[in-house]
Parts: sequence; C-alpha cells; structure tokens
Amino acid sequence: MTGEVTLMKGNEAVALAAIRYGCDGYFGYPITPQSEVLETLEAEMPWETTGMVVLQAESEVAAINMVYGGAATGKAVMTSSSSPGISLKQEGISYIAAARLPALILNVMRGGPGLGTIQPSQADYFQATKGGGHGDYHLIVLAPSSVQEMVDFVALGFDLSFKYLTPAMILADGIVGQMMEKVVLPPQRPRRTDEEVKKQCPWAATGRTGLRKRNVVTSLEMEPALMEVNNHKLQAVYHEIEQNETRWEAVGVEDADYLIVAFGSVARICEKAREQAAKKGIKTGIFRPITLWPFPKEELLKAAQGKKGILVVELNAGQMIEDVRLAVHDSLPVEHFGRLGGIIPSPSEIVDALQEKLI
Amino acid sequence: MTEEIIIAGFGGQGVLSMGKILAYSGLMDDKEVTWFPAYGPEQRGGTANVTVVLSDEKISSPVLDAYDIVIALNQQSLDKFSSKVKPEGVLIYDTNGIHKPPTRDDIRVFPIDAIGATLEIGNPKAYNMVVMGALLEVMPYKIPMEMVVKGLKKSLPERYHNLIPLNEQAIEKGRSLIKH
Amino acid sequence: MDIKDIIKEENKVYATPHLLEETDMHYCPGCSHGVVHKLVAEVLHEMGLTETTVGVSPVGCAVFAYNYIDVDWVEAAHGRAPAVATAVKRLWPDNTVFTYQGDGDMAAIGTAESIHAANRGENIVMIFVNNAIYGMTGGQMAPTTLIGQKTATTPYGRRVDLNGHPLEITELMKLLDGTCYVTRQAVHTPAAVRKTKAALKKAFQNSLEKKGTSVVEVVSTCNSGWKMSPEAANKWMAENMFAKYPLGDLKDI
Repeated sequence: MTGEVTLMKGNEAVALAAIRYGCDGYFGYPITPQSEVLETLEAEMPWETTGMVVLQAESEVAAINMVYGGAATGKAVMTSSSSPGISLKQEGISYIAAARLPALILNVMRGGPGLGTIQPSQADYFQATKGGGHGDYHLIVLAPSSVQEMVDFVALGFDLSFKYLTPAMILADGIVGQMMEKVVLPPQRPRRTDEEVKKQCPWAATGRTGLRKRNVVTSLEMEPALMEVNNHKLQAVYHEIEQNETRWEAVGVEDADYLIVAFGSVARICEKAREQAAKKGIKTGIFRPITLWPFPKEELLKAAQGKKGILVVELNAGQMIEDVRLAVHDSLPVEHFGRLGGIIPSPSEIVDALQEKLI
Repeated sequence: MTEEIIIAGFGGQGVLSMGKILAYSGLMDDKEVTWFPAYGPEQRGGTANVTVVLSDEKISSPVLDAYDIVIALNQQSLDKFSSKVKPEGVLIYDTNGIHKPPTRDDIRVFPIDAIGATLEIGNPKAYNMVVMGALLEVMPYKIPMEMVVKGLKKSLPERYHNLIPLNEQAIEKGRSLIKH
Repeated sequence: MDIKDIIKEENKVYATPHLLEETDMHYCPGCSHGVVHKLVAEVLHEMGLTETTVGVSPVGCAVFAYNYIDVDWVEAAHGRAPAVATAVKRLWPDNTVFTYQGDGDMAAIGTAESIHAANRGENIVMIFVNNAIYGMTGGQMAPTTLIGQKTATTPYGRRVDLNGHPLEITELMKLLDGTCYVTRQAVHTPAAVRKTKAALKKAFQNSLEKKGTSVVEVVSTCNSGWKMSPEAANKWMAENMFAKYPLGDLKDI
C-alpha cells in the first residue's frame, strides 16, 4: 500500500499509520467511536510482519499502564480511546509525563460529561491541554482536521514525544475518526532493533546489559527539594516545546474583517461557513491551531491585528476561547459559538452566530 | 465540480455502503471525496444517513446543511431532508411507504420505485445499487461506469466480487427508473 | 578489634547477596520484605539473570524495592504492576520480568490487572507479599485482613457484615488457565526461607521456559502494623494467618 492513495476512516488510518511508523506496541480497550483502531490492528496482524505487539487490555486503566511499561523500556508504544476512557487513563498519563517517557495517546472525543453520547465533541480540550491528571505537566496536543492529518500526526506525535520525552496526544473527534477520505499512507519504516532502542534510550529499563548501572523508571521522589528539581526540569522542557513546536494554519486571514478560530474538524465546517459568509459580503479568515498545547498565541495575536472581532467555534461550552482571549488580551471582541452534547453545527449556523454576536 | 450528497434511510438498506461505493467511484476517477456517516448503534431498522462529497477541489466541510442531491429512502428521511435540497438541486426518493410526497417546486424531484425494481432483479441486497443507478443517471457529474466498477471492487470484500455483475445490472436497472 | 577484622573472606559462611545493595533498608526491623528481597536477589544472581531482568515495583511498602535489588526497575502506579509487566515482557520477550506486590496492590486496587495478567498467562513472575495490612499508609485494613483483626480502619476488628471476607486471591489465581505455578510460602523460619527460595527459583525457571504465569505468595508479618514485637508477630502469623492462608503449592504444572 506504500504511497497508494486510498479511502479510509480516520480510525483505520491511525492503525495503519502506526504500523508503518514502526510502532512497537498498541494497548487499548474498545469504546465508540474509536474501536476501529484496535479492530484494524487486530485484522492487520502486524506481529506477523513488523513484530508490533497489539493487545486488547482488560480496561483503559490497564491499557495506559501497559503503555507506561512499554515506554519505560524505550519502545514506541501507544493507546487510543474516547473521552470516558481517556478520563480513566489520566493517572497513567500523569505517571508517563512525570517519568519523562515518550508515548502516543489518541482521544477520539465524544460528547460528555459522564457516559454522555457517542456523537462527536470537543469537550476534552481543557483535559488535554491543561493536564487532565494530577500534578504540573503538559502533553503535546495535536488536533487533526482530516484523515490525512490523523496519519501524519502519528509520526509527528511519536517524533515529538521521543524528542522531548513527553507524551503526545492526538486530540481528534468523532467526525475525523469516523469519516472516510482520501489518504496517502507513508512507506513502511522498519521498527528499531533492540540494540537501537538501547542506544537511543540509555535510560530505559531493558535489563543491565554489560552490567551497566541499573536503570529505574519512576516518578517517585520523597525528598521535596529533589522533587522540586524534577518539576523544574519538566517545566524547562515545556518551555522549550512552547518555543519550538507551535503549529497552526491560517486561511484568508489577511483580507478578513473577522477571524474564526476553530480546531480539528470544526475548522473545516468553518471553511464552508466562510464561503457562505463571503456570499453575504462578510470577509472572514480562519485561524486553526494545530498544536493545542503549545497554543500558538503569538501567531494568533498577529493574525488578530486590525480585525473587528473573533468568533471561536467549538463543540463545547467554551474552552479554547480562554486561550484565545489570553492570546489577544483585550484588543478586540472575542465571542464563542458552540454546540454541545454531540450536535455538529452547520455552516449556516456559524454564519448566523457570527452576524448575531459580532456584526 | 462539487457534488454534495446525502443518502438517508433505514439501517439495513445499504445506505452507508452505497455511500462508500459512491465515494470509491469518485476516488477512482481522481476526485477528492469525503464520506461521513451519522454513526450510531443502529445496525438494522434505525435511521441511517451518510454525507458524501465529490469534488475537483480540496473539500472543506464533511458536514453540511444544504445538499446538491438528497436521496431519501423512507418518509422520515424525506421529511427531514427535502427542505435541505439547494434550489435547482435534486431530490430522489423511493415511493414505497411514502404517504406525504415532497411539495417543493424549485428543485428537480425524481420519485422511483426502487423496491419494485429490486424485486424484479430478485436479490434484495441489490436495492442500494438500484438507488445508486438512479443517482448516477441524474447527477450532473458523470462518473464513468468503469470507475464505478473499480469503486465496487475497492469497497466490496473480495468474497463478494462474484456479485459485481449483479450490482452492475442493478445500477442499469436504477438508471432506467429515471424518466427525463 | 575492627569489624573488618572479624568479617574476613575466610571467615564468611554467609554474605550479602551479590545483587542486594549495601544500604540501609527503609523497612521496619522484623519486616518480612527484607528476607524476600534477599531471596529474589540471590535467585536472580544464581540463575544468571542480572543483565536481562526487569522488576516492576508496586505502590506500598515495597515501592522502593528498586533501591535494594540491583536490576532494572519500573515503578508502577498502585495496582498496575501486572499491566506494566505485561508490556515490559511482551516488548522484550527474552527478558525476565517480575512484579513485586503487596496485598493492596494484588488483591484490592489491582485485582483486575493481577487476575487478567495471570489469565492471559503472561510469562512473568508475580511475587505477592501478604501481611494482611496496609503497612505504608499506617496500618489500615487490607483485603486479606483476617476476621477480627484490628487495624486503623477496623479498630474493633474486621467484621464480615461491615467489611466482607478476607480475599483468597491466590486461590483465585490457581483457577486460571494462564497460571502454571501457584504457591504460598512464608519466611519466618530457616526452613520456610529455604522453601521460598526454591519456589522463587521454580517460578523464574517457568518464566524462562515460557510456561505461563507463576504466582509466589509469601505470607508475611507486619509487626509495626500489627503492633507486636517481631517475635510475637511471627508467632501470631503461624497461629492465625496459616489457618486462612495455608502454606504449600496450590498448583504446579
């Protein structure tokens, strides 16, 4: 399938992208709307080809702790789930972040809170970007708006998480997970050999080869002064990520009077709304943060210069809008439009909201 | 060219797979495509719909509120989506079980007896390809039939490839239901 | 005379195991953990597994096992050691992987992970130190606390109507098709220590032979938590714990 253009769901594409990246292990538990990830992996049987381990765990909790274990040995490991399952994983994610381990986590968001609905949502923005578990930590959060980005962000997420030894999350939603569109899969990369893993990750718990000093992967430090040092080290990494890794996309921003800020699949609905608004003589531009953490605040501030207002469109009650407001200070009006509980707004609703709230 | 299409009906009518075959046919013809299902636990009997967009350009929203073509395969779908056909657009509906036909006069409406035609073919699984035939006949974008056959091959598991001639026959039957 | 003059190589009949760090342990005097650690260190070294072993330590008193036994370690979240070990083993199938868990870890918060790892027959060794109390958090009830036993959260003794029954997780492990060896031992006498060492050896050998999951329970004392002298704790264990948790192999295939 190398380089072949094909049609597939975002969830299926993630599975194939993981195999092609040379991912060493996937651990997951079924939950709608992302079960196709595990199903596709089980059908592909990568253990027969690349040697990748695939395991259906007994729970989301077990799955994330398998990821923690695998990551602690230097392997490229991942899990996927949807909102309620991601809540269950938070303790493990905090451990992975605290122990400075690389890992990839996919959240195909559905409507909450609670058991909620299986329909698409973006209501886990706070959880993903502000540290959903306990303690001061961040994830690198990537928000795909297409099936192709679902594929591309598997490699990007792994690469960044290994570069900074910080877990990365692909924060998708039910639309990107369930929709099919054209996608180009990357060529198959070989998995790293055990020797390469040991060389790349000298900190990993791989056994004391050559009777080297023992490696211990832990987040525990009983001495507060040392624990503060550990925290400062983490913060230094986060600072570096904020300096280097913001990603965003802007469409028609320069000529626009109004800015629409949206992430993930919603940004595409907003593009349609932009076309409809243009027919009414309203000039809008779209600013799409691709990294939700680090948030592209400086770039957004630049894009907002000279605009009459910003509409933030999200499938939630107003989460990213806080980061948008922090980014642009009080330089222009910032309003929110969101649908909740799994309802997807139509392009014309977005245009109506823009007119009603800002014009 | 951009065709924004929604296919809506009962689960079990082959709505999602028809959308998939349509999307694959477009893909085979080098078009940009998106396929977005209103997914849910319904496997059979519940409502199901899928939005398919075929275009020469990069597709923005996979979710729409107005369509070039609406295909409604039951009364609920007709009620829900007939108002969402763009002016000058196309509405295809299966007349079986319809007690409240559409009333719009600013669109092109094609009532078809897809169930009757399927019964004539003799295989109920061919139903969605009969509907597909009607769609291909009226859609301004003409997908070459060889691309549709390629699309069928891509979207059907290999064990069903022996059914491709039946599907082609059903598509032809569906085309013949459209009275220009 | 200096102590070094006494401890000369030629005088030695007993030494610190090669893989046991020469450091003070944080365990209370009289605690069984020290002996179990010593046995694990001895067995791994004697079996030549130093370079290929990864231990998974729990949350509980044994959280710092990684400070004492000189192999690679991953410190797991409370109860999740078997899930962590599952991945460590599956991703490095030639390595030897063991969990070291207390009763809370194995039989309360981590019951699901323990049962399912064993049920999958992961080729790991699960060492289960059962002292019928939560030592680290200050002596609260464990799932294995005996009926009538006083703890910080059962100050008048454990009652069935309030707290349910002591959980025989090792008996549950025996029922699972994934386990090849399930045994219950103790370390309160030299004979018991020798038996436990033999059990650990067999368990690690099973892992090398990929026979499935081996579970070695060690019925242990927590004299601090039980508020007894070490000697009295050993006696209390023999008189009370062994009735509920009888020693011996439950399964060996």
